[in-house]
Amino acid sequence: MSKDSHMVLERPADRGGRAQPMLIAQGMKRYFPIRGGVLNRRVGEVKAVDGISFTVLKGETLGVVGESGCGKSTLARLLMHLLAMDEGEVIFDGDPVGQLHGLSLRDLRRNLQMVFQDSYSSLNPRLPVEDSIAYAPRVHGVGRTEARRAARDLLQRVGLRPEYFGGRYPHELSGGQKQRVNIARALALNPRMLILDEAVSALDKSVEAQVLNLLGQLKREFNLTYMFISHDLHVVQYISDRVMVMYLGQVVELGPVDQIYTAPRHPYTIALLECRLAVDPANRIETPPLVGDPPNPINPPSGCRFRTRCPHAESICEQRMPLLGEWNGDPANHLVACHMAKPGSGHSLAGYGMAVH
Amino acid sequence: MSDISLIGTPAAESPGREAPAATRVRGYWGNVWQRLRYDYVTLFFLLLILLIVLSAIFAPLLAPFDPNKASMAHRLKPLFFRTNYLGTDEQGRDVLSRILYGGRTSLLMGIVPVVVATIVGGLFGVVAGYAGGRVNTVIMRCMDVFFAFPSVLLAVAISGSLGGGMVNQLITLTVVLTPPLCRVAETSTSQIRSMDFVDAARASGASTISILLNHVLVNAISPVLVYASTLVSASILLASGLSFLGLGVSPPTPDWGLMLSTLRQAIYVQPIVCAMPGVAILVTSIAFNLVSDGLRQAMDVKA
Repeated sequence: MSKDSHMVLERPADRGGRAQPMLIAQGMKRYFPIRGGVLNRRVGEVKAVDGISFTVLKGETLGVVGESGCGKSTLARLLMHLLAMDEGEVIFDGDPVGQLHGLSLRDLRRNLQMVFQDSYSSLNPRLPVEDSIAYAPRVHGVGRTEARRAARDLLQRVGLRPEYFGGRYPHELSGGQKQRVNIARALALNPRMLILDEAVSALDKSVEAQVLNLLGQLKREFNLTYMFISHDLHVVQYISDRVMVMYLGQVVELGPVDQIYTAPRHPYTIALLECRLAVDPANRIETPPLVGDPPNPINPPSGCRFRTRCPHAESICEQRMPLLGEWNGDPANHLVACHMAKPGSGHSLAGYGMAVH
Repeated sequence: MSDISLIGTPAAESPGREAPAATRVRGYWGNVWQRLRYDYVTLFFLLLILLIVLSAIFAPLLAPFDPNKASMAHRLKPLFFRTNYLGTDEQGRDVLSRILYGGRTSLLMGIVPVVVATIVGGLFGVVAGYAGGRVNTVIMRCMDVFFAFPSVLLAVAISGSLGGGMVNQLITLTVVLTPPLCRVAETSTSQIRSMDFVDAARASGASTISILLNHVLVNAISPVLVYASTLVSASILLASGLSFLGLGVSPPTPDWGLMLSTLRQAIYVQPIVCAMPGVAILVTSIAFNLVSDGLRQAMDVKA
């Protein structure tokens, strides 16, 4: 039996070839206006996503980590075009999205799907789960019985017995089962890439492990590309090929998973990694590596956004914003937006890297 | 096939047992009906409403007398005067017959404006709630204009300017009932709109119409329906009030509110007979209120 024999919709063709990255995001920006005052004027803006560029290669898993409120979910919604971008461009498999001669939104959605964070609110409470899964193929012109059959097949693929679960309503399922349904729903259009927005964060640990294994299996089976958004560093380490660290709407570090976890270069990444709970009692830390909340994204600090919480902040960090630089297309390329990593930047520790740590 | 162990397989749940029977798919309304079936109070009052409606429809068959036939000899007779079981009014007409015929007008006043207002108000509310932003502001501020007046005052004002008559009364009631229904629909739609499953539907590439019909409406509609059912009794009372003030149907058309108004002068002569149209209004509105209460509980299924 061929792998895709049960899918009702044909997989969108690979247009760009093997070397073409699956997704390129360039200079994405989204500011949310804050309105107030007498005439509902724009009094400020939340810089939720502030100039983010990155690339997702075909077949890889890009992990995205960062604290709550750093813009991870906004980024996912921008990529899905559920929110309009203020600035920036998304190129999917070589075609700019939503432009003349580019990829239409409808075609993008056949290629790119998303698994939402809140497994409860992401399923229609009034629809049996198989109808929720069958909805997307129906929208794309598949007949009712055909779509329902495909939905049952997908339930099987995500490890739920279709004749037992297909007719159930979301409130009759556990969190893990609902998230499996959500994954099946995202796969129903036979996409090539999935954005997983905190897909396992609400699950308890044993179920989380099951769903992670399922995701790994589906990735191989359907030849998928993942963008995996999470605040859980362990999970990201387990599933990712490359990791992107976000802070206050910007990318601060980007690199292969091993390098990020063994040789992090941005002070924020180092602090995040130190926040992980150590199993070894000798390695336990008494003081928190990061104190307080991130600064207000309405009024981010000048220069480096992390400087208010950074142990190595100097006057240069206040004056100039460190840049991430251009990614050269090599998966092993490790980028960091910190003055300390750039020789000659004016920081007293510049060039020493993390030898100071 | 896949090597994932299936949740729900007999092997995983209890070894050696037969596969569980496939769960029967019962729609949302099926679930609501399952709950209503065992709610005997609601069922009783549902039956009562049915009886009231039927008695109004078949009034010509049931009424013992012509509702408009006056008799100067038998004015204001007490209950059970000969075959005038509910007595006679100030012109000697049979009160029972008039109540049966009056039910036609009053139920019409109770149901038609609510149905029309639910459709119109619900439509505006869903559009306002889903679109948000400017569209929402325009629609809801227009509704607020009507909200600024007390409903009775508004009804009197509209009725007064349109003039009496049944059609004008129906229009008046519809206009009065639309804004509150619109507000309820808007609130429940904007709650649903922010749920992830709506975004998931958008992410699947569905059209706005399809999302509204398949995802938004089914979830947003139950508070609207429940609220509408409570408005039926309010509408009957409002219509009775208008008729009482002389702004509704004109005499000699039998109408509960109008009967109450004309019999009022005889309240010291035959108090019980005078109260009969009021009892009809009371029973009908209680029945509608209790049914809507039961409906709310039945529709408040967790899913």
